[in-house]
Amino acid sequence: MMWRKRKSPVAEPDPAAPTAGVVSRRRVLTAFAPLAGTAATARLLAGQSLGFSTPPAHAAEMPGMGSHGGGVGMGFRGGSVNHVANGFDPSQLLRDFDWGTTTQLADGRVLREWNISAYDKDIEIAPGISFPAWTYNGRIPGPTLRCREGERLRINFVNGSSHPHSMHFHGLHPAFMDGSPGLGDGQPLIQSGDRFVYEFDATPFGFHLYHCHVMPLALHLAKGLYGGFIIDPAQGRPEADELIMVMNGFNTNFDGRGNQIYAVNTVGFAYQEAPIKVKRGELVRIYLANMLEFDPINSFHIHGNFFNYYPTGTSLQPSEYTDTVSQVQGQRGILELRFPYPGRFLFHAHKTEFAELGWLGLFEVEE
Amino acid sequence: MTEANPAARARPDWWGGQFPSWLLAIVPLAIIATGLVVFARLHAPGVPKRTGPPAEELAVERTVLRPGRIELTVRNDGPDPVRVVQITVNDAFVQFITDAPDAEVGRLRAEKLTIPYDWVEAHAYSIELLTPTGGTIDTNIPVATETPTAGPRFFAVMALLGLYVGIVPVFLGMLFLPWLRRIGEQWIRLLMAVTTGLLVWLAVDATLEGVKLAGQGPQAFGGPALVFFGAILAYLTLSGIDAWLRSRRGAVEGDSSPRLALLIAVGIGLHNLGEGLAIGSAYALGALPLGAFLVVGFVLQNTTEGLAIIVPFTQRPASVGRLMTLGAIAGAPAIVGAWLGGSAYNSSVAALLLGVGVGAVLQVIQQLVPTIRDRLGRALNPASLSGIATGMAILYLTGLLVSG
Repeated sequence: MMWRKRKSPVAEPDPAAPTAGVVSRRRVLTAFAPLAGTAATARLLAGQSLGFSTPPAHAAEMPGMGSHGGGVGMGFRGGSVNHVANGFDPSQLLRDFDWGTTTQLADGRVLREWNISAYDKDIEIAPGISFPAWTYNGRIPGPTLRCREGERLRINFVNGSSHPHSMHFHGLHPAFMDGSPGLGDGQPLIQSGDRFVYEFDATPFGFHLYHCHVMPLALHLAKGLYGGFIIDPAQGRPEADELIMVMNGFNTNFDGRGNQIYAVNTVGFAYQEAPIKVKRGELVRIYLANMLEFDPINSFHIHGNFFNYYPTGTSLQPSEYTDTVSQVQGQRGILELRFPYPGRFLFHAHKTEFAELGWLGLFEVEE
Repeated sequence: MTEANPAARARPDWWGGQFPSWLLAIVPLAIIATGLVVFARLHAPGVPKRTGPPAEELAVERTVLRPGRIELTVRNDGPDPVRVVQITVNDAFVQFITDAPDAEVGRLRAEKLTIPYDWVEAHAYSIELLTPTGGTIDTNIPVATETPTAGPRFFAVMALLGLYVGIVPVFLGMLFLPWLRRIGEQWIRLLMAVTTGLLVWLAVDATLEGVKLAGQGPQAFGGPALVFFGAILAYLTLSGIDAWLRSRRGAVEGDSSPRLALLIAVGIGLHNLGEGLAIGSAYALGALPLGAFLVVGFVLQNTTEGLAIIVPFTQRPASVGRLMTLGAIAGAPAIVGAWLGGSAYNSSVAALLLGVGVGAVLQVIQQLVPTIRDRLGRALNPASLSGIATGMAILYLTGLLVSG
């Protein structure tokens, strides 16, 4: 139980200040109040205790964003998530790739090693809402393990959780390294307090996943035991600003019928609160995966842009040039794009229900 | 020598004999109270706070729709404090404003949540309140329509409805008085039996309705128990009034019919209060199929109530003024009920009031029993049994018209 006191509302914006640059979410909300509802709504939003103090007249200062029909006006009520207490910040997790540590094997190959521990942790997934999660290394998604094609990989797994877990990697490997216990071929169920070493070759190149594969599967995934696993092609990929985005959701009341909160990288509306800053014209590469439990499909849509899509990242030729892509659970791909214009651009699930329940963010393109 | 065992009498005075008796009651009370306070102050030593996670229970007591906003009044009817941290409306997170931001809603406390929302007339809304543990409390608005504000127009509409449903039918039923005076005593007894049947069914109907209503709202105040509490309270109160009327009047004249008629009118009035509540709250929720059909249904049903009031006057003279008063007592509460139901509806209060109606009706039934006795003094004779069955059937069937 976390009965954390929410932060006091942000300082009131100066009505005289220019609107260019950073616009607080509250201002955006206030700006949209007249569009979202009636004058009464605007007054309510503008006047009362939450600190919505900008007069509705300022709506006129936010041209261009109304095209989304009030979409930017969505979001959580009050405050922001305590990323420090969570132990990870979605804004940093976004560009955090874990290359592990390397040593040289006798045959000259690289041996890449990671230490992963599973443990239970409460994570604030929306302002004021705590989720009793199961994590790899205390975060959701778990660390994005990154390596190069052909390397030898070793994962030292410790289960510090109160429940048995495993690590199942997508890729090519022997059966006993598959991390899906219960098949009678010696794959261990890693009991609480036990450890196990997974070892296999990095192949094929692409964007893959790892996750727990212990029954009941839906629960172990919904609780947060998954992460990205990137195998770079031997020759590498072109230099880019690289981002990891794992689409997920949280069934906070554990009724197993859909999720209460949807997100990219766990915290709903995190990238609306803190837009992702990218450079105009620079190549941006997004490693996009869907680990959403309970809902059959998820999607990614970007505003004001198109991207090259590489399904599973296993081919160097894109399959499609599009602005919307859908993925079932476990599906993933690589998106490459450049932003031609400066400004703020939305990205969100084009399943609008998910968007309004947290899976929505902003790119902020700078010169 | 008369004291067989002097010790037995002396024993109670063995200690405390010199103190006044009130003190002997106060001392143990004080010890109990002090003990409880100390126990609570020490945070119940040795007793665990609770086993398992906190129970977060909130009941939505009242939903009000105003242009551009939805207002929910929630009441905590669970044992632990609850905080609403986020709200979704039709699967979208929304902003909301509370009376006291960040405050927990303590046990039995209520909180108003105001959601600025551009709702659409006649659409359905499903609202989910999220607590810090991610628990959800669901509520629904089946058909969105603006909640009537308690202004002059609203009171006028409710008064008109109450008039149609309560007063007019009762007066219509009273028009049968001249005819009743012509028919024989046997027929009167039969009519009394029919009235009894009507009232029996009213009691059954109101009990069911009360239990249903009580089940929908917060349970903290007792839920369905409120119906029975109200019923017993009303029964005892009316029995007391009845006894008082008897002692005051019975000495002077042996005529029991005015008293009986008054009690019947009060009983029916309390029942109509409940009926008005139901109509008013349904109107406020936009769930009332307003129109001729509803009014016709209620007129048919409540006309029989008017009949029940005048039956005691078949062999006694009654002034028009007295009849009008009785009709107003029986019918006017429908207006009051509609006002209450439409402006300050609360399922716990409604359940209690419906229970009061049940108790009143039961008391009246008890009053009617002597009037249906045949010459042999049997209350349950073939005529009365068929009359009661007919009365129940009439209300049951006309009730189908209203609830349809």
